[in-house]
Amino acid sequence: MRSSRTTALAMAGVLSLGLLAACSSNDDSSDSPSGASGKVTIKVAGLLPTADDAAKQQLADRVASFEEKYPDITIETEDYDWKASTFTAQLAGGTLPNVFEIPLTDGKTLIENSQLADIDSYVKALPYGDQFNEKLIANGTGEDGKIYAVPAKSIYAVALHYNRNLFTQAGLDPDKPPTTWDQVREDAKKIHDATGVAGYAMMALDNAGGWQLAAGANSRGGVIETFDGENYTATLDDKAVKEHLQWLHDLKWEDGSLLDRTDLGWGDINTEFAAGNLAMYTSGSDVYNSLVESNGVNSDWGYGLTAIPTSGEGGALTGGTMAAVTKDSTDAQKDAAVKWIDWWYLSKLQDKDQAVADAQSRVAANPPQAVGTPVLPIFSQANYEQSQEWITQYINVPLADMKGYTDVMFTQNLVPEASASVQDLYAQLFPVVQAVISDEGADIDQLLEDANAAGQSAIDSAK
Amino acid sequence: MTTDDVVLADRPRGDATASPTRGTPRGTPATWARRGGLTALVFGLPILLVFGIFSWWPIVSAVVMSFQKTNMTDAAVWVGWDNFAAIFTDPLLPKVIRNTAWFALLALVFGYPVPLVGAVLMSELRRRKGLYSVLAYLPVVVPPVVAVLLWKFFYDPRPQGVFNTILGWVGLGPYSWLNDQAMAMPSLVLEATWAAAGGTVIIYLAALITVPPELYDAAEVDGASVWRKVWHVTMPHLRGVLLITLILQVIGTAQVFLEPFLFTNGGPNHATLTVMLWVYQLAFTSIGNHFGEATALSLLLALFLAVLSLAYFHLTRSWSES
Repeated sequence: MRSSRTTALAMAGVLSLGLLAACSSNDDSSDSPSGASGKVTIKVAGLLPTADDAAKQQLADRVASFEEKYPDITIETEDYDWKASTFTAQLAGGTLPNVFEIPLTDGKTLIENSQLADIDSYVKALPYGDQFNEKLIANGTGEDGKIYAVPAKSIYAVALHYNRNLFTQAGLDPDKPPTTWDQVREDAKKIHDATGVAGYAMMALDNAGGWQLAAGANSRGGVIETFDGENYTATLDDKAVKEHLQWLHDLKWEDGSLLDRTDLGWGDINTEFAAGNLAMYTSGSDVYNSLVESNGVNSDWGYGLTAIPTSGEGGALTGGTMAAVTKDSTDAQKDAAVKWIDWWYLSKLQDKDQAVADAQSRVAANPPQAVGTPVLPIFSQANYEQSQEWITQYINVPLADMKGYTDVMFTQNLVPEASASVQDLYAQLFPVVQAVISDEGADIDQLLEDANAAGQSAIDSAK
Repeated sequence: MTTDDVVLADRPRGDATASPTRGTPRGTPATWARRGGLTALVFGLPILLVFGIFSWWPIVSAVVMSFQKTNMTDAAVWVGWDNFAAIFTDPLLPKVIRNTAWFALLALVFGYPVPLVGAVLMSELRRRKGLYSVLAYLPVVVPPVVAVLLWKFFYDPRPQGVFNTILGWVGLGPYSWLNDQAMAMPSLVLEATWAAAGGTVIIYLAALITVPPELYDAAEVDGASVWRKVWHVTMPHLRGVLLITLILQVIGTAQVFLEPFLFTNGGPNHATLTVMLWVYQLAFTSIGNHFGEATALSLLLALFLAVLSLAYFHLTRSWSES
């Protein structure tokens, strides 16, 4: 009896100690950051959770060749899908991988918040460390002049993606995609009338809806924020924003050609497009990569890409993805992290062997992953064209069906995203998009006036 | 004598004025340990730690954070009542409260009578009662996320959507369901009712078993119709359970999060943005870091729910004493 009571007491005590131990800080990614063995382990952002097996195998192959080159570094990949909701939670909870991706436009805010590691010396030690496109690297540079994040991939201009087969079925020429918003509306109606499929769709879920409304406004010569050198001012009630909303309203309520969905985010609209449920939508010019990686699209699918229609002073909204390192990473981890950023994202743009190795592994995947999707240059146009030339024989994207975009990608007017509190501005805009899609009598002026007041308030409170 | 008296006559009466337990005599620490105090402490320690770490500490942290501005990386800054002021002056607050109240009201209108009617009908069944109980309870077993995704599929706004197809057979629709500001909230409540009704049906069925069958026999002899039996015999016996489930439902619906989060994320145009979802969005969907405002709003909701909970405790205690 005595012994069983003692045992129970001991178990309770051990349980308590276990609880305390479990709740103590433990970063398992730094269990051997730079120990006597010199070995270091880092976690890195991998592919989208929806990536297919071929894409995962391609990543695994690149990890294996990296670890072969750097035997002291162990790479652990994690599925990664940047979303405002999960990202902030992961950032606050300290559960981001050592190397993670962020939208170009959030770099400045995260640097000001002291939420990114200083990787300046490691980046500048790279052979091409001083060759980044200045406008792009500025997004990852702090006021102290140090680099905290580097442009890594998917530097895009928002473009118009379309289903060539639906164009053909509606009697339209898929080689002559629309070049004005009026033509987009006409074609959308023709496609809807002929096939019953929605001619156009708009992201409206969460900040993606605001992002695409801003892209529409930019293409019509408007902006959602101005800067007078001292203060940022929200201009969500800009004339161009109203025009684009009215255009969406007319598609939905006059033509019936707009997809009746207010819950489409970035990934959802790709899924609907790949499923043949819509003919046209706007998104980053690099979306084809994801359509192949996650939605089973291939070069025979009937995909078409053209420039976003512009008018007046309008241009294509640009953006992209930067790679950053968690602030709590050790020096050894930062060093390994930048080596990985070089290996996975950048070396293929600078080194022919790396470019070919990357392209070969993408083509060898089953089904093959996209090679040669048009994106904007991280370094320079000459560098981009050189890197494309290295892999010419491996390019498997339907470039002929992307001419509407590639013909103008270096000449079209490009518009950067808003600088201050841009996610807050998008958060104010997407409910307005939803209102226009879901309510025929939506008062666009009033909705934008309210959104603008809230947007300005967000800018002011962020100071 | 009322039917209540028949049921309650044999129950032991609670005594609210029972004498308090005798105080522990004071002694030295050694005496305390010898009398089992140390053993009790060691046995109690795991649960105290669990509660402390996972319940009390987050609550205290939330209270502290509601008076701070923090991005979880830099040192937090004390901002006094600013977070509460920001919540009270936010134009979304009235809409969010209205939406939550609307959900609660619809949930009462749909979700309150449906399980009751179901339970009464099932209690009248002579055969296959178990089968119907299982069928009624099945939705509760379905994981909530799966259920919502399933219903999202049903709510496809295209004419070939499941519900639109069914309604099309009788010449109705197609409807936009979740993509219509007016229909979105009722659509959410419909699914929530389907998902939760099974649990309430079981509670009502258990309560119905306590109704003495001789009362129904007596009513039948007196020539009472089914409706009069339900109204005059069944309902009085369910009064206590009905009131408790009512308060629990109001407390539950005030915290509704899952359905608006998974179905619409508060849209379209904030038509389904509820208090809890707003808390979540404030905290996690902006890198502007509104953790302070989110915790301030949480505290306000907690205060409101505390009032409801007090009412619940008061009512349940007074009923158990009556």
